Amino acid sequence: MPETIHLPMGPQHPFLKEPVKFDFDIQGEEIVGARMNIGYNHRGLEKLCEDRNYYQCMYILERICGICSHSHTTAFCQATEKLLGLEVPKRGLYLRTLVCELERLHSHLLWLGVAAHEVGFDTLFMLVWRDRELVMDPLEEISGNRVNYAFNTIGGVRRDLSEEQRKKILAILQPLIDRLEYYANIGSNEPSFEARIRGVGKLSKEHAIEMCTVGPFARASGVDRDSRRDAPHAAYPDLEFKVITNEECDVFGRVLVRVLEMVESCKMIKQILDALPEGEFVAPKVMRRVPAGTAISYYEAPRGEDIHYVRSNGSEKPERVKVRAPTLANLEAACESVVGSLVADIPIAIASIDPCYSCTDRTTIALTDRRRGRRVTTWGELRQYGIDWYRRNRGAHF
Amino acid sequence: MFEGLKRWARKKSPWVLHFNSGACNACDIEILAALMPHFDLERFGVLLKATPRHADVLLCSGPATRQVAPRLKRIYEQMPEPKFVVAVGACACSGGAFRGGYNILDGVDQVIPVSAYIPGCPIKPEALIDGVAKLLGKI
Repeated sequence: MPETIHLPMGPQHPFLKEPVKFDFDIQGEEIVGARMNIGYNHRGLEKLCEDRNYYQCMYILERICGICSHSHTTAFCQATEKLLGLEVPKRGLYLRTLVCELERLHSHLLWLGVAAHEVGFDTLFMLVWRDRELVMDPLEEISGNRVNYAFNTIGGVRRDLSEEQRKKILAILQPLIDRLEYYANIGSNEPSFEARIRGVGKLSKEHAIEMCTVGPFARASGVDRDSRRDAPHAAYPDLEFKVITNEECDVFGRVLVRVLEMVESCKMIKQILDALPEGEFVAPKVMRRVPAGTAISYYEAPRGEDIHYVRSNGSEKPERVKVRAPTLANLEAACESVVGSLVADIPIAIASIDPCYSCTDRTTIALTDRRRGRRVTTWGELRQYGIDWYRRNRGAHF
Repeated sequence: MFEGLKRWARKKSPWVLHFNSGACNACDIEILAALMPHFDLERFGVLLKATPRHADVLLCSGPATRQVAPRLKRIYEQMPEPKFVVAVGACACSGGAFRGGYNILDGVDQVIPVSAYIPGCPIKPEALIDGVAKLLGKI
């Protein structure tokens, strides 16, 4: 029995683009245990939202994550619109969905490049990032910014789409689909790339369901779950699309799911642009005071299901905004999936969930209360509190 | 003679380390995009390095959260002299949109000395190229 060695990785490590710390237990080359320490990116955004009004909140929530910035504002706008009982004009919904899908394209392309980089295939990295600029240009053209688009507003979107812009977006779709087919071909036929990703980071379907994984990570383990179809929002009920799943359960499956999802996104963009309704793109009058109540909204971000919870007390500012980003749901499962594989597979196995720690780090845990010198709440106490609360208030028994 | 040679080498090929000190990823992907063929920062000899011990320039994005601050300091200390820090993005310069948050330090310069500031939320790759070129002009 070889000795167990403790291998720390992070917060600054070449394979990590963001600060996070992993602790691996290794025996020889094999990983036998994995733990993580997040919170390096916690900026306290939910607290900042509490002293800003709903419109200012959007600028804060957009900066939860630069890659899926549109996802967070869409989820927040949907929740606020629910509270207001606001009907969003059809054109507004379509334009919102258009940027959603363009964002999915850019995010998945970015991931594909990073994944290729993690396995040492830098040529593919450079090629993919060149093609990503095809998507960035229309995004800049229609929103005015390359990354944080500030395209959403409560009750619709902030800018209209001109005929010229529509044509420009249509023009990139076919070259992009050609490139994507080429990448799908590389992913499944290039022997060195395939050897590096096949069978790495295995996560069985049962495990994926048990650990509540979301997004392409879950779909690559054969879990047929997509909130675009299951919890329809924006213009998705009007669009025809396939939910891509794969039974491979490894990094190979995740590459294929993401590449094929991009092809679906291109088709969706075409449908949106062909059937773009005429009329207003933003609801004409929106109250600044939001009626008291709570709302939850779902949104299928590029990484998976993004959930926003908004509680209003009838004033101009939200009382509480809670964000459950998709990476948080996937991280535990990612740690689980590296156990049993080799040290050299750590970067690609962790990167295969498309981790975004700035989305994830919503809390820091104060381990000791400085004044009283004891742990604030233990996990057991917290769990007991939850059970008691539900028993008292909802009459539920566990 | 060696001094001149050293300065020439530093100027013609600065190696950079990118560290995310609590940013939202937006500046980070723009830094990467600037290094890719489309914008090509590498034509100035800029090369992305993996470890602080090889780097001349530290590109910091993010307002420096309280948890990351001691690490940031350690990374800075590990870099060989002479070293330069570039604060990338509005939040690295001053806290930006997150200014006043309970867990952030309002800018990288609260932790380590900064040589150049590149504002923008997020920065454009062109801005980064401009900033780096100006920094190289100063060396």
